[in-house]
Amino acid sequence: MSVISELIAPRPAPPAPRLRITAARIAGIVVLILWALLALGLVMTVINGWNQEKFLRYGPRYLHGLWVTISLVGLSVVLGALLSLPIAFARMSQNRLLNGLAYGYVYVFRSTPLLAQLFLIYYGLGSFKPQLESVGLWWFFREAWYCGLFSFVLNTAAYQAEILRGAIQSVPRGQHEGAAALGLSARVAFRKIILPQALIVALRPYGNELVLMMKGSAVVAIVTVYDLMGETRYAFSRTFDYQTYLWAAVFYLLMVEGLRQIWAVLEKRLTRHLKR
Amino acid sequence: MGGSLSALLDGLDPLCGPLGLFRLFGPNSLMACGDAGWGDEIAFGVKVTISLALATVPVGLALGFLIALAAQSEDRLLRLAAGIYTTIFRGLPELLTLFIVYYGAQILLQSVLSSFGVEERVEINAFFAGMVALAVVFSSYSSEVLLSAFRAIPRGQYEAGDALGLRRHRTMRLIVLPQLIRIALPGLTNLWLILLKDTSYVSVVGLADIVRQTGIAARVSKEAFFFYFIACMLYLVLAMISSFGLGFVERWAKRSGVSR
Repeated sequence: MSVISELIAPRPAPPAPRLRITAARIAGIVVLILWALLALGLVMTVINGWNQEKFLRYGPRYLHGLWVTISLVGLSVVLGALLSLPIAFARMSQNRLLNGLAYGYVYVFRSTPLLAQLFLIYYGLGSFKPQLESVGLWWFFREAWYCGLFSFVLNTAAYQAEILRGAIQSVPRGQHEGAAALGLSARVAFRKIILPQALIVALRPYGNELVLMMKGSAVVAIVTVYDLMGETRYAFSRTFDYQTYLWAAVFYLLMVEGLRQIWAVLEKRLTRHLKR
Repeated sequence: MGGSLSALLDGLDPLCGPLGLFRLFGPNSLMACGDAGWGDEIAFGVKVTISLALATVPVGLALGFLIALAAQSEDRLLRLAAGIYTTIFRGLPELLTLFIVYYGAQILLQSVLSSFGVEERVEINAFFAGMVALAVVFSSYSSEVLLSAFRAIPRGQYEAGDALGLRRHRTMRLIVLPQLIRIALPGLTNLWLILLKDTSYVSVVGLADIVRQTGIAARVSKEAFFFYFIACMLYLVLAMISSFGLGFVERWAKRSGVSR
């Protein structure tokens, strides 16, 4: 048995760990330098190639294109949400036929490219001009903008129907049973109990879908709609100036990032009662 | 030898072969293979689409793996660098990325050549530009999938590797990667289906894929609805085949997984 007879003298604090230079740090610095060089290069291209006349000519056109993109996406997402309701309910119904039809719709529209759908509607239906004129729908399918809207609505409705179905089915059975035990009718239970919980689950996928639509909407430029991408292509074909694409990239990135931030705030606000 | 092999391949051609899909339309229809119809042109487009998607995946996956490693590194700067990459390429429309790569590479190459005194008009290969653009987009999405798969693997697996005396890369190869693949496969399957659809954008820069070839056929024959419908159906069939095949792979990868 040993007895401690004296206290250990106070010692200096251990030396601060030296900043270790790891392979990860070097790689990080190198890649960041590359990014900085790229950003610098882009800024230099813009400064060197600055042209007041071009800016005044194409600047307003870009803003107009931005508005076309935003209104097209906004309108098609809203109309698609309306169209997705019956599809989602058909998909959940017990009726074999309805279920199969809704499944087929969703499957076809989700596994073919938006570009091919747009071509099918714009060029394909355009070849039925006499028939469409006789039904009085030609004014709709003549305009590229309407065709873009139509194909976007059909496309996003398929995606949104799946989002909605997944969200509604994610609400636990006990909630239905609880509502039934309280004597609520199925309609009231759906509106007041199931839907609010389902929409919170669906919030994030809806945001993703909105971003995907915003990015996908660039394809309308190919069928002569002057959205942001269309104006960019127009400006590029006139000036052969690479900056035009860079400006479009900046606008798209701002839109998508802005949307993401708005969605993050929205989600935080709407799920604050679920925080523990 | 080579002749008989190519004859065998011709015989097994699923679109224009003797038992091919396009034979169903009859020898003198619009979809006939040969000079009478557009079958062989469209079959070529299908081949281009498939080979573009297949060529993109390994590049995109390798890049995505590196970015996922960077995004979960302990170093803040490396994480930041990876974050910038994914933010940019997940935010840009695929079409715009393609244009930026296509025209950007062209302008870059032109300026490099002219600095060497070569004044010649260069044209970038559309297949290559499409592959690069799609791989960049694919890598930024697949890095997210792989990152969440990495997070699903418990620390104990790495520690077990250490306890067994395995080196870092052997732990990765023998312990982490097999589980990673199993966890990430559903997400990667999704990304493959998205990639298959995104290949349609390369038709805009002139690569002869399904949309481009059917578009030419539609313009020449004035049967736009029929040909674009065929294009949609071809994509649908490709998606069905790949989801069937990948479902098989997924079951195979899960064979030794613990059933919970």
